[in-house]
Formats: sequence, structure tokens, C-alpha cells
Amino acid sequence: MTASTMNVDPSAIAMSNADAVGTGRVKIHSKDVKVFYGAKQALKGIYLDIFEHSVTALIGPSGCGKSTYLRCLNRMNDTIDICRVEGLIELDGEDIYGRTIDTVQLRARVGMVFQKPNPFPKSIYDNIAYGPRIHGIGARRDEMDVIVEKSLQRAGLWDEVRDRLKEPGTGLSGGQQQRLCIARAIAVSPEVILMDEPCSALDPIATAHIEELIDELRENYTIVIVTHNMQQAARVSQRTAFFHLGDMVEVNDTEEIFTNPKDERTQGYITGRYG
Amino acid sequence: MNPSYLLWVILILTIIGYFLGQNRAARVADGRLHRLHSVPSYHGIYVLLWAALPAFLLLALWVAMESWLALELAIAQLPDRFTNVDARALSLLQADVLNIAAGINTGRETAPEVKEAAEAYNNLRSMGDTAIFFVGLLMGLAGLRFALNRISLELRARNQVESVLNVLLILCSLVAILTTVGIVLSLLFEAMRFFTWVPPAEFLFGLQWSPQIALRADQVGSSGAFGAVPLFTGTLLITAIAMVVAVPIGLMSAIYMSEYAPVAVRSAAKPVLEVLAGVPTVVYGFFAALTMAPFVRETFGANGLGLDVASESALAAGIVMGIMIIPFVSSLSDDVINAVPQSLRDGAYGLGATKSETIRQVILPAALPGIVGAVMLAISRAIGETMIVTMAAGLAANLTANPFEAVTTVTVQIATLLVGDQEFDSPKTLSAFGLGLVLFIVTLALNMIALRVVQKYREKYD
Ligand SMILES: Nc1ncnc2c1ncn2[C@@H]1O[C@H](COP(=O)(O)OP(=O)(O)OP(=O)(O)O)[C@@H](O)[C@H]1O
Ligand SMILES: [Mg+2]
Repeated sequence: MTASTMNVDPSAIAMSNADAVGTGRVKIHSKDVKVFYGAKQALKGIYLDIFEHSVTALIGPSGCGKSTYLRCLNRMNDTIDICRVEGLIELDGEDIYGRTIDTVQLRARVGMVFQKPNPFPKSIYDNIAYGPRIHGIGARRDEMDVIVEKSLQRAGLWDEVRDRLKEPGTGLSGGQQQRLCIARAIAVSPEVILMDEPCSALDPIATAHIEELIDELRENYTIVIVTHNMQQAARVSQRTAFFHLGDMVEVNDTEEIFTNPKDERTQGYITGRYG
Repeated sequence: MNPSYLLWVILILTIIGYFLGQNRAARVADGRLHRLHSVPSYHGIYVLLWAALPAFLLLALWVAMESWLALELAIAQLPDRFTNVDARALSLLQADVLNIAAGINTGRETAPEVKEAAEAYNNLRSMGDTAIFFVGLLMGLAGLRFALNRISLELRARNQVESVLNVLLILCSLVAILTTVGIVLSLLFEAMRFFTWVPPAEFLFGLQWSPQIALRADQVGSSGAFGAVPLFTGTLLITAIAMVVAVPIGLMSAIYMSEYAPVAVRSAAKPVLEVLAGVPTVVYGFFAALTMAPFVRETFGANGLGLDVASESALAAGIVMGIMIIPFVSSLSDDVINAVPQSLRDGAYGLGATKSETIRQVILPAALPGIVGAVMLAISRAIGETMIVTMAAGLAANLTANPFEAVTTVTVQIATLLVGDQEFDSPKTLSAFGLGLVLFIVTLALNMIALRVVQKYREKYD
């Protein structure tokens, strides 16, 4: 463990980030992010830049801290009592843990889709309308109708549910529910969408559907996705970061990572030697 | 010899039997326990059951029958002129024998033969007791020996023990179920008897309740004094007041406990709430009568807001009953709220909802069916509560919706109707069963609806 900590030299990371530039502006900049659950340290100083209008995949063995890092980016860790976050995370150059930041506004800008689809026990329409409503968007009924329709279209669900918007969202299939959750996240027009293993509960067809969707969403949003599926990471992401035991070991263009990993731990993981 | 000695002997036999059985099994296995079909402790229980059950059944049978058997035998010894009489005289004779046997003076001249029969009765019983002791002991030992001899590698001790336990458990639940059925049936039959005096329609819809009038035989049932509506409205009024107190406070504290309270507060406050649930209702009754009722009178009465407040008001009783029910509502709602999956909260927070938005718009709607169920259970609890109302709301059956007046409830009337020595053939006492039946049906319906609602809610997240 100590060995791996020493291996991560901040300047080296910065350089490898720099290598990979060419994809655009830095949307999220994290510097020396440490996370503690009580006395237990889950992240040991993460340096990672996430670029605008690109898909960044986070991969790594179970328990290495991918979800923890992801949850730092919209301060979802605030809801866990024992969780403490140190270091700097900037969204468009602004410290999101700074005093002036309101988590409500932050989460409107950085949306999240969870591993298990979690539609509210409300109608499909209200599921989508919930986010805009709490942020005071679409106060008029016809405005809201437009938002709901657009979000569902974006998520590729509109054709399947256009006639049953009043039915409960929990009555949809797993894949439909996950797309509903994506639509729900899109409805508040976030700038960044965080996805934590969004396809792990889905069958291959629904997965393919969502991967397609992620590719389309890239045009308008910045996406960070955690996945255990190497093929998925290769298919949907432009950049990939490999996490291991609370460290970010290596980040690079996805193609580079999968064809020419620099760190032997990365190589071991993607070739399936451990993890 | 007192039959209870046999119980002790059986107890000792079971202990010995258990260890003997276990040892024997271990010896048979010869150090390789896996060769046994069942582990040694099952063999121990197997021997234990054989030592205890037959002897115990014998004892139970004897205790149930001995008095009757001895009496029959003693009377059979009497000459024919005593026994060849009608049923009434015979039962008188039996009573005489029993009384004399117990050393009670019958106050009448008794024939020497009857005295002899009583003596025979006593002798038979004590002989029987002694005999049963030894027979039981023998049966226990025989059972123990029999079971020990059967222990082998192949003995399916586990299966047999399990099936005996199965039967035992069935018997126990049968007792519970049959008792309930018995209670319901007796309630039903007594209520039927009541309804032969007072027609159900008059009982259910009559506006005046004063059962004492019925003591004058010429007015029985015809006076309209058995109209239970004032009791129903009184119950309703007090229950409503209790709910107005208990539901908001209970629900809010449940929300605070499950969503806002830091772990330290939660772990300190929950036990306190549970203590509240453990306070006997009589104590709440004191509190209602001695503290709350004067307080209500002070605040709303002539010295306060100038309203007309009875010394025993529905309000005082209702408030205290509400306080009593708070822990009930809060702990049930707390469970329900905690059962709402974390993923729903995450979903709402992830969209930028604040804590109170998440609670109001996501958690409470999701938990609503369960909360409704909790409230219904609380209502049936309030309807059934007696002590507080007896002490604080009085006995006056007023038909009123004014919380400052004295009212009475169904349960209180049942209690007062049956307090003291009563003849169970006047409509006054029987009306208690009519009230009980109504109460039973209402609470049963409420509970069933509540359980149905709670169940439906459970299915949603499974
Ligand atoms: N709420 C929590 N309380 C305490 N420890 C936690 C909590 N959440 C995560 N951890 C710990 O932090 C470490 C990182 O967990 P995290 O969930 O980030 O892993 P992960 O990379 O997402 O794993 P997986 O691929 O299995 O989802 C783990 O060791 C985990 O035990
Ligand atoms: Mg995870």
C-alpha cells in the first residue's frame, strides 16, 4: 500500500494529464483529494482532470474508491455522516467545497445516475418534472410538458412511454427505469453527469441502448462513468482513469490505456490478471 | 403423595436422560461423530423426550380425571337406595360427598353411608396419587431405557425430535387460536342474549344511554335507555382528540429521529420514547385526572378563556391519551421511514433537492401507506383504551361534540357495567357484551385494514 502511494507522483500525473490534452477544456480539476470514512481512508490523494464534452471512464477493482471519488464531485458524500473530504475540487475553476457553494445548485449542475435504477414512486411525468420543479424551472404546465418530452426523447424513452406518462415510474422495466433516471438527471440541464455503474443491473440490449445514449449525450454534457466492464469503458469513453486501493494510478486516452498501459497494475487489471 | 412430586422426578429424569443419550451416542460413534446420522445432542433430546413425554401425559391425564374417577367409584359403593334417584338428588349427593371429603360442614344430617363414601373418596384419591407416582416413575425409567437402547449410528434422532417439536409447537398455537375463538364465541353468545332484551336497532341507533333504569324490572328494555350512540360519539371524540395530538407529534419526531437526528441523539432519545410506551395506563390516568384536567380547566375555563369547562372533560382525557400513543405512532412511522430505500433519498439529493424537499416530496409519499397503517393501529389502540378515560373523562353519557364537556366511551361503560358483583342475566350487564362485540368488530376491521395497507406497502420494495 505504501509502495503504491509513493508511486503516484503528482507531477507525473499532471504530465500524463497534459499528454492527454487535446480533447478540450478542463471541466473538473481535482487536486490531492483525500476521503476518510471515520478513521478509514478511502482515497489517498487523487489528482485528476476531467475534460468538457468528453466521457471519462473510471475503472479499477472493487473497493478501490471509484464511487467515493464520483460522489465527491457533486458532494453526495455530504449525506454520509462519517465521511470527510480533503483537498481541492474545482468545477469551472470554482472550489465546490468552498464556503459560497450551495450543494443544491451544485447538484443541479452536476447530476448523477445511480447503479440501481431508483425512480421515485411517482408517475413517469412527475419523475422527470421533479428536478425542474424544485429548481423553479418550467413553472407553467406547457413549459414543463416540453421539458419532460425533450428529456425523455434524449434518453431514448419517449416512444415507449409517451402514452403512459401518468403511470408510475416503478412499473417500467429495469432498462426503462434506468433510462428514466437518466432522463430525470438530464431534465435539470446539468453540465456534468456522473454515472456509477449505470448498466450493471441491465441486460445487453438495454446496455447497448444506454451506451449509445451516453455517446450522444457527450455532445452537450461532460460525463464521468464508473464501470467494471472493460469493453464498455473502451466503447464509450475518450479517457480512462485506473484506480487502485484508493489511488489514481494512471489516466490517459482510452485507446492508450487499453493498448499501451504505462503502469503494470493497470496492465494486470485490464488483462484480467487480478481485480 | 402429591402428584407434583412426579413433576420433579420427571424433570430429573429428563436431565439424566439428556446426558445419558448424548454420551451413549458419542460412545456408539466411537470418536467419529460424522458417522452418526444425527449429532449427539439430538440423541440426548431424543432420550429426554422418551423419558418425559409418556410420564407427563399420564400425569396430565390423571390430574384431569382423578376427582371425577374417585367420586364415581365412591358413589358406586353406596347402597342402591342412595343412587337410584333422579339427577337432581344425585348431584346433591355428589356435592355432599365432596363437601364432607373436604371437611366442610354441610349443615345437614348426613347418613353414615355418605360419610363412608366421603372417606372412600379421600382414600381413593390418595391411593391413586401414590400409584400414579410410581407408575409415572416406572414409565419414565422405561422410556429412558427404551430410548437409550435404540441409540445407534442409524437412528434418525434428529428427524424424530424435530417432528415431536413440530407437534408441540402446533399444540401451543392451537391453544392460542382456540382461546381466541372461545372468547369471540362467548362474546357473540352473550351479545345475542342481550339482543333478545334490546333490539339491535335500538342499541345501535338509540340516543340515550342510562343502563341503571333497567334495574326496575317493569321498564326493562322498553325505556330506550340502551341507545349506545352517546358512547360511540364519546369514543369518537376522545379518539379524535388523541389523534390530533399523537399523529403530528409522533410523525414529526419519527422524521426527526430517522432523518435529522445525529446518531448520539437518536440512540439517547429512542429509549426515552420507548419508556413512554412502557408507562402503565393507570399512571397516565393519574396524570390526566390530577394534572391535565385542572390545567385544561384553568386555561379554557372561567379563569382563563372563560369557556364552560366541565371538571372532567373529554379534552383532558384525549390529550393524555394522545401522549400515550405518541411512541406508538413514532416508532411505527420510524420503521416505515427507515424502510424507504436509501437509493430514493440519493436520487432526490442527486437532483439537488434539499433535505426537507426530499422528505416531503419523496420519502413521505413513499412511506405514506405505511404511515396510514401505523395511524390506524394507533386509532384502534385509542378506541380500546379504558383507564385514562375512566379517570379523566367521567361516566356521563352525554351526546356532544364539545370537547369541554364530560363524555364516556364504550370501554369505560363496559368496565363500569361489570364492576362488582353482577347477575349475568339482566340487560344491564349483558349490554356490556353488546358493546364489547361492537368494539371487537370495529377494532378488528381497523386492524385488518391497517395490516392490509402495511403489507401492500411492503411489497413495493421487495
Ligand atoms: N458509507 C461508507 N462507510 C464506510 N466505508 C465506506 C463507505 N462507502 C465506502 N466505504 C469504503 O471505502 C472504500 C471505497 O469504496 P467505494 O464504494 O468507493 O469503492 P468502489 O471502487 O466504488 O467499489 P465497487 O466497484 O465495488 O463499487 C471501500 O473500502 C469501502 O469499504
Ligand atoms: Mg462503487
